[in-house]
Amino acid sequence: MSAEPIQPLTPGSVRRLPQGEDFRRNIARRRFIGRIWRYLFFSSLIIGVIALVTLLGTIVNRSFGTVAVQERVNPATLADRPLEDLSQEELLAIAQANISGNVRRRLDREEPLAERNEAELLRIIEEFVLQREVVNSWPLSETLFNYRHIEEQAAEEFPNARLEFRSWVSWDFIVRPMSRTPALAGIRTALLGSIWMIVITMLLAFPIGVGAAIYLEEYARDNLINRIIQTNINNLAGVPSIIYGMLGLAIFVRGLEYFTSGQFLGPGGAPNGRTLISAALTMALLILPLIIINAQESIRAVPNSLRQASYGLGATQWQTIWNHVLPVALPGILTGTILGMSRAVGETAPLIVIGAATYIVTDPSGPFSSFTALPIQIYNWTSRPQDQFRDIAGAGIVVLLILLLSLNAAAILLRNRFRRSI
Amino acid sequence: MSVLHDPNPLNPNAIEARGMSIYYGAFRAVKEVSFSIESQKITALIGPSGCGKSTVLRSFNRMNDLIAVARTEGEVIFHGQNLYGPDVDAVEVRRRIGMVFQKPNPFPKSIYENIAFGPRINGWKGTKAEMDDLVEQSLRGAALWDEVKDKLKESGLSLSGGQQQRLCIARALAVEPEVILMDEPCSALDPISTLKIEELMFELRRQYTIIIVTHNMQQAARASDYTAFFLMDQDRAGMLVEYGPTDQIFKDPKDERTEQYISGRFG
Repeated sequence: MSAEPIQPLTPGSVRRLPQGEDFRRNIARRRFIGRIWRYLFFSSLIIGVIALVTLLGTIVNRSFGTVAVQERVNPATLADRPLEDLSQEELLAIAQANISGNVRRRLDREEPLAERNEAELLRIIEEFVLQREVVNSWPLSETLFNYRHIEEQAAEEFPNARLEFRSWVSWDFIVRPMSRTPALAGIRTALLGSIWMIVITMLLAFPIGVGAAIYLEEYARDNLINRIIQTNINNLAGVPSIIYGMLGLAIFVRGLEYFTSGQFLGPGGAPNGRTLISAALTMALLILPLIIINAQESIRAVPNSLRQASYGLGATQWQTIWNHVLPVALPGILTGTILGMSRAVGETAPLIVIGAATYIVTDPSGPFSSFTALPIQIYNWTSRPQDQFRDIAGAGIVVLLILLLSLNAAAILLRNRFRRSI
Repeated sequence: MSVLHDPNPLNPNAIEARGMSIYYGAFRAVKEVSFSIESQKITALIGPSGCGKSTVLRSFNRMNDLIAVARTEGEVIFHGQNLYGPDVDAVEVRRRIGMVFQKPNPFPKSIYENIAFGPRINGWKGTKAEMDDLVEQSLRGAALWDEVKDKLKESGLSLSGGQQQRLCIARALAVEPEVILMDEPCSALDPISTLKIEELMFELRRQYTIIIVTHNMQQAARASDYTAFFLMDQDRAGMLVEYGPTDQIFKDPKDERTEQYISGRFG
């Protein structure tokens, strides 16, 4: 404190603020700093965009390209017409005449040859009789920019093969079941597995998560126990997914095997607990904290004036929650659910731990069947030694991304519908 | 669970506070308030910010129950029954004693649904046509019908601030309360909307008992029959300083502090 009396402020009376030229330099410097930050933020954006474009580019590069196809047996030696034009009986005759031994027994065990339709028989003939195989493949970039090299290499190494452009992502790829031959492998079983899993997961996680959020926000008192629960939920959202996989393995696959294998429904269940329901339960646990936290946030964001208005008319607590809190909170709750769903679709580690099958040719038939899922399949394909598995892995990634985007789009449409109705 | 008594024509009072104290946790927000509110009159609660007048108002329909730490001592008598008695249900209290809030807070639903909500949740048994009538009556009661009759399906939020507030009044009327509590209903409105609400209050006084909290001294003076003046004591607890007919409070206050406040020397 100075002893002098404080002078009243007049414009420019305190010379500690920069004046005149000094002030203009000061402004220039402040603007310069602002510009630097702006460029820094812009470069972050650019880095992000480059990463994304590289990712998509790599996937697309792998999913399309040139293949060298070679057949051990000339189809002309089997029939006088193109195989596509033959009837089921004719195809069956060719298959029965040319396939024997273990392969035949295995195929018959899956489904007797006589009962299969034309498309399936054709596929079997291509795989086991003609032994049509892709002997080499080249990515899209080489196809576009260095086709001459491809031709030279093919002529040199695979003189009997013919070159054709191939989109690994195709309708055939989506509807075909698994195969040990990459060129014939499809993703149907994995796609269905993923869809089954996500449906069961959401059926479990959405009501439980929203219910828990409603309880915590609207009913729970602010006491020690509830605060501990809240802290734990927040922390659970950060637990690595592989740990949830361990949990699922211990509890659902092993501990509750009698139920998760479907044996409690009678004979004919899965041989063990590594079933869709175990995976869905594990995924539900994994995304529960995410759904709870987001639902809590959006319930908390409902203005209190709305609750008061409702109570003021003589509404009970549940009437208030059901009629006013939930409708207003629903778009936000759905946003959290979308996040949870995307996470569950793409999550791989827990599925590996609980032991989802990686080679399975039958479609999942219900919650108690063994299954495979898209990320598992992609992971499995990328770790195979043959180069062409990398191509179908790329195609698998494209399918996974399309599934993810369409699920999200559906959820966002749903959310916007609710938003507009307010 | 007992049901609240019906109005008694011999009892001139709608609500009577007896030695009412309200606590927020350990803090006493309102201290020993006792006064009677006459039926079918407008009673204004005035006083500086933080003097507990809103808290008193909200205690009349047990809205303070919604605050976990709030606690009320003493009695609030409504038709001879203590609203804070052990067997009185706050849900019934709030149906019989309605409330209009400071900021207009229509539900984010259609105008029609805003009105229909109250009757529905309280077990409305009538037909659709009867509900249409009730909606019209309520909106007419709140002097809003002519302005909204062609757009009942539009959102309540599409109305202007003053219209929203009258919608909130109409919404309160639809559950047929006897008393309407108004917590600074005009503080967010322009003067013309304020005037409309005041005219409406005079209209409503024929059927309903109205208790209004206001910061606006002129409003209390011109729009109320009785005025209660609240002030904080040294412990920052609100207390009732003076209560009487509005004319007397504004023209001939008994208490020196009332006189100072209404003449604008503080607050």
